[in-house]
Amino acid sequence: MKHIVTIIDKEWAEVFKNKMVLFTLIFMPLIFTILPLAMLFITGQGMDDIGGVNAADVPVEFLAACDEAMTAGECMQIYVVNQFLLLFMMMPVIIPVTIAAYSIVGEKTTHSLEPLLATPITTAELLAGKSLAAALPAILVGWGSFVIFLVTLPLIGVSRAVIGYIAGPTWLLAILVGGPLMAIAAVNFALFVSSRVNDPRAAEQISALLIIPILGLIFAQIAGLIIINIFVMLSFLGGMILVDIGMIYLGTTIFQRENILTRWK
Amino acid sequence: MQCDNSDMIETQGLTKIFKIGKDVEIPAVMDLTIKIAEGEVFGFLGPNGAGKTTTVRMLTSLIGPTNGTALVNGFVVGEEDQAIRRSVGILTENPGLYERLSARKNLEIFAKLYDVGDMAGQVEKYLKMLGLWSRSDDPVGSYSKGMRQKLAIARALLHEPKLLFLDEPTSGLDPEAARLIRAFIEELRDQNRTIFMCTHNLNEADRLCDRIGIFKSRLIEVDTPQNLRQKIFGRKVVFHLRVVDPAWLALIQDLSGVHKVEQFEQKLLVSLEDPESQNPEIIRILIEAGADILFVGELRHSLEDIYLETMRESEAKGVGS
Repeated sequence: MKHIVTIIDKEWAEVFKNKMVLFTLIFMPLIFTILPLAMLFITGQGMDDIGGVNAADVPVEFLAACDEAMTAGECMQIYVVNQFLLLFMMMPVIIPVTIAAYSIVGEKTTHSLEPLLATPITTAELLAGKSLAAALPAILVGWGSFVIFLVTLPLIGVSRAVIGYIAGPTWLLAILVGGPLMAIAAVNFALFVSSRVNDPRAAEQISALLIIPILGLIFAQIAGLIIINIFVMLSFLGGMILVDIGMIYLGTTIFQRENILTRWK
Repeated sequence: MQCDNSDMIETQGLTKIFKIGKDVEIPAVMDLTIKIAEGEVFGFLGPNGAGKTTTVRMLTSLIGPTNGTALVNGFVVGEEDQAIRRSVGILTENPGLYERLSARKNLEIFAKLYDVGDMAGQVEKYLKMLGLWSRSDDPVGSYSKGMRQKLAIARALLHEPKLLFLDEPTSGLDPEAARLIRAFIEELRDQNRTIFMCTHNLNEADRLCDRIGIFKSRLIEVDTPQNLRQKIFGRKVVFHLRVVDPAWLALIQDLSGVHKVEQFEQKLLVSLEDPESQNPEIIRILIEAGADILFVGELRHSLEDIYLETMRESEAKGVGS
């Protein structure tokens, strides 16, 4: 455990000196938190008691997902804010990919992996340290952004019904469980990509392909093909668990001392 | 399984073959059998791509051998890898430092990974010993190449290993920085540490190493520099004369223990079995023959000559790859 903490300390000490990483860590969560708040604030204004919106404005498929007690306006707000749920889920992918790309490919380009591998640290400790160093900030920032988002909702006049929905099982599962699962997949995918490329930016860009499934969900929801509800979310998380198992296997297979020293060119 | 003998490294038929795809095999190290005693400074010489770094990586348990066995500090490579890594220090070919971090932070990270007890004390000791203390809080990215190399050496020594692997310790350094590193290696030798050093700097190897191994995928020669000189070139004495009479060559050639006599301008180059006992007789014969002897000295071949001759012979015999 001591070695894992040392690796995390090293990774953070080094990687947080990188402006690109800091920018991703601060700017993206800020945008992803402010945007839905702004949308909720705007949609809440000018439709007091949601009078300006009627059921016809809300996609039929989504109406079914709304609570019967909700007004059409509240249902519309939930429809709008649900698109941002997926943005929240993108955070744990993009942040660790940026960190992992710089921490692993960076070590590769500066040849610092060999002296590190020559220490008594085990491969499992090294892999765990690197993975946690990349995933933890993403998970914490994701959770932190959601808490800030949730706390700000009543301050901008969002109704109890909408807040209740956002603080409900679909969102909580997505943020609390989906976030870490996405982060684990992202880190292990970045490990795999890092073994094949020599440029941190290339690793970052290739690893960011992981957001494609989330973008698929966003577009499918906008197109009315699916509605993100608890069942869709549970299915998605089930799929992510399988993806994680595959990615961890891939990451640990690639991250072997001999492979790193003789094939990571 | 800590061995009781005094050998720090003992390999038997150590072999590493890299496989590329299904069919291509690259033999990097073949059948390396060697013993290196405690306190010995061993120079490992060979051309680029000879397999020196692969050997170091096997002996430091970074990669596993394809065949053969190796005991390092009494631990078995491939079975007691953690113990080996804990007990040896390594200076890799590239210093591989964390450039955004300070020298102190670099060393602290490795002190923790090596479970060094008095971390702060050890870090301070080596930063001071290598003259980096005043810059210890500066980012390593601002260091010169020589300073980085010193820091990498400090990193390899933090846990006080008895066995050190140095891969090209002075490569790419300016003469002053290289001199400082060499002086430090001499200090380490005086501390009775065992040093396994890969180098292309043959003068450095000649000066620092107790024994030399000449290697090109296979171990071609291994001995002390002096014995290698004698083995490859024999012992040669140069007699500088005012004038050389060609008849004198035959006089000397007839003596027992004289292998060969050659004339170069006003010099006679005599290959001898035992110069100390034969020189007086040769000098007497030359004086009796009327020669004016200006100077007598033993011709000392450089390690570079030995290395090049060994490589040439090995290529002629088809040894190594």
